[in-house]
Amino acid sequence: MNIQHHISEDTLLAYSAGNLSEAWGLMVATHLALCPSCRARAHEAESIGGALLDALAPAGTSDDSAFAALMQSIDDMPIEVAQPTVRAAPSVLPEPLRSYVGGDLYALRWKRLGMGVYHLPIKTRDGKASARLLKVPAGRPVPLHSHTGEEMTLVLVGSFHTYQGNFQRGDIETADASVEHMPIAAPGEDCICLAVTDSPLRFRSLAARIVQPFIGI
Amino acid sequence: MPAIRPYLRLVTAPGAAPPHNGNRIAFMPERTTDTSAANDLATNDLAKCLSAVAAHQDRRAFRTLFDHFAPRVRAYGMRLGCTPQQAEELAQETMVKVWRKAGLFDPAKAAPSTWIFRIARNQRIDAFRRESHPEFDPNDPGLVPDEEIPADQLIEQRQSGEALRLMLETLPEEQKLLLHMSFYQDMSHSHIADKLNLPLGTVKSRLRLAMGKLKTRLTEPHAISTEEFDT
Repeated sequence: MNIQHHISEDTLLAYSAGNLSEAWGLMVATHLALCPSCRARAHEAESIGGALLDALAPAGTSDDSAFAALMQSIDDMPIEVAQPTVRAAPSVLPEPLRSYVGGDLYALRWKRLGMGVYHLPIKTRDGKASARLLKVPAGRPVPLHSHTGEEMTLVLVGSFHTYQGNFQRGDIETADASVEHMPIAAPGEDCICLAVTDSPLRFRSLAARIVQPFIGI
Repeated sequence: MPAIRPYLRLVTAPGAAPPHNGNRIAFMPERTTDTSAANDLATNDLAKCLSAVAAHQDRRAFRTLFDHFAPRVRAYGMRLGCTPQQAEELAQETMVKVWRKAGLFDPAKAAPSTWIFRIARNQRIDAFRRESHPEFDPNDPGLVPDEEIPADQLIEQRQSGEALRLMLETLPEEQKLLLHMSFYQDMSHSHIADKLNLPLGTVKSRLRLAMGKLKTRLTEPHAISTEEFDT
C-alpha cells in the first residue's frame, strides 16, 4: 500500500496528547492501523508525552498507607498476559473501526442517502463531531458541497479524486470551510470511506439542500 | 531507599548501559522544581521493574514504580484541572492498570514513561470526559504491519526516554509552552491560539517546529553533544 495523504503533524500531536474528541480520534486511529509511518510518528509524539510526564514535579507523596491501600485493592486482580499474535484472514475494516461499526464490511446495514449514496452513522460518545461510513457508487460524484466546519475523509475501499488529487485506501482528505469540493469515486469499484465532520455539510444544489434535513448529514 | 537498590544495581553494572549513555547522571539537566531522588531512576531501571511485576508480581518493584509515577500522574491530573481528589483517583486507577497490564509492556517498543503516559491519558479521558480514546490494535489482522525495524533503531527507542527529556529542555520557551499546553491543558490548538492571542497558523507551525527539532535530534543521536549538558 502506498499512502500519499497522511495526518497532519498537529492533528497527530493533538491525538497523542489526548485532546481530540472521540470521532476525530476514531479517524486518526483508523488511519494509524493502515499506516506504519504515521504510527511511528504517533509513537514519537507519545514519547514526548512520556518525557513531559517524567519531567513533572511530583505532586504529593506516596506514603506506605497509600501503597498498602492500593495493594489491597489489586490483590485479587489477575495480571493480563500478552496474547500471541494470531493473524486470521485479513479484514477490510481495521480496529478500532470494526468494533465501532459492529463487524467487517459485509456485515454492515447501510442506510440509503439518495443519489445512489449510502451511509452508516457510527455511534460514539462525542457530543460535537459525528462519524459515519459513506458508500459512493463507482464513477459517481458526491454532490458538490462546502463545509461550515472541518471534515476528514479516509478511504477504505476503492478510491476517489478531487482537485487536490487521488485518494486511495488509507489516504485522508481534509477539508474546511474554505474548500468547496466534489469528490468523484473512481470507476470500477464503489468507494467506501470513513467521514468525520463537526458540522453539517452545505450542498450547493437546491435539490440536495431540500433533502438534507431529512437525510441527516 | 533500600527497596530500589536491587533494580539500580542491574543497570549500573559495568557494560549494562550503552557506551555513549554511560555518564547519564552526570549530564542530567538541573531541575530545581524536583528534589525527588526517585527522579534519577533511568528508563532501564523502570523497565526492569515493570518486567519484574509481570514475571512474578514483584511488589518491591511495583513500589518503585508507584513512588516514581503516582506523584507524577497526580501532577498530570492537577494540571489538567482535576481536583486533588480526582487527581488521586487518576493516580490510583493508573497504577492499578500498570499492575494488571505489566505483562503487555514491551521494553523494545516503548519507554516506561511513554507506556504509562498512555495509560494515564486514556484513564483521564475515560473517567473525566466520558469518552474513549480510540486506538489501533497491534494484533488486529486488519492492521498493516510495520516493516522490520533495524536493531540499531530499537536501541535508540529504548534510550529515547532520557534523550527526549534532555532535548525538551533545549527547546525555545515559546515552543516548550505550546507543548505543555497541548499535553497538560486539554486544549485544542485553536483554543491555545485564542488564549495566547496568536494566529492558529503560528501555533501549528511552532508545534511542528518543536516536533521536527525533537525528531531530527532523535534520529541523529550523535548530533547532540553530551558536553552540552555537563554541569
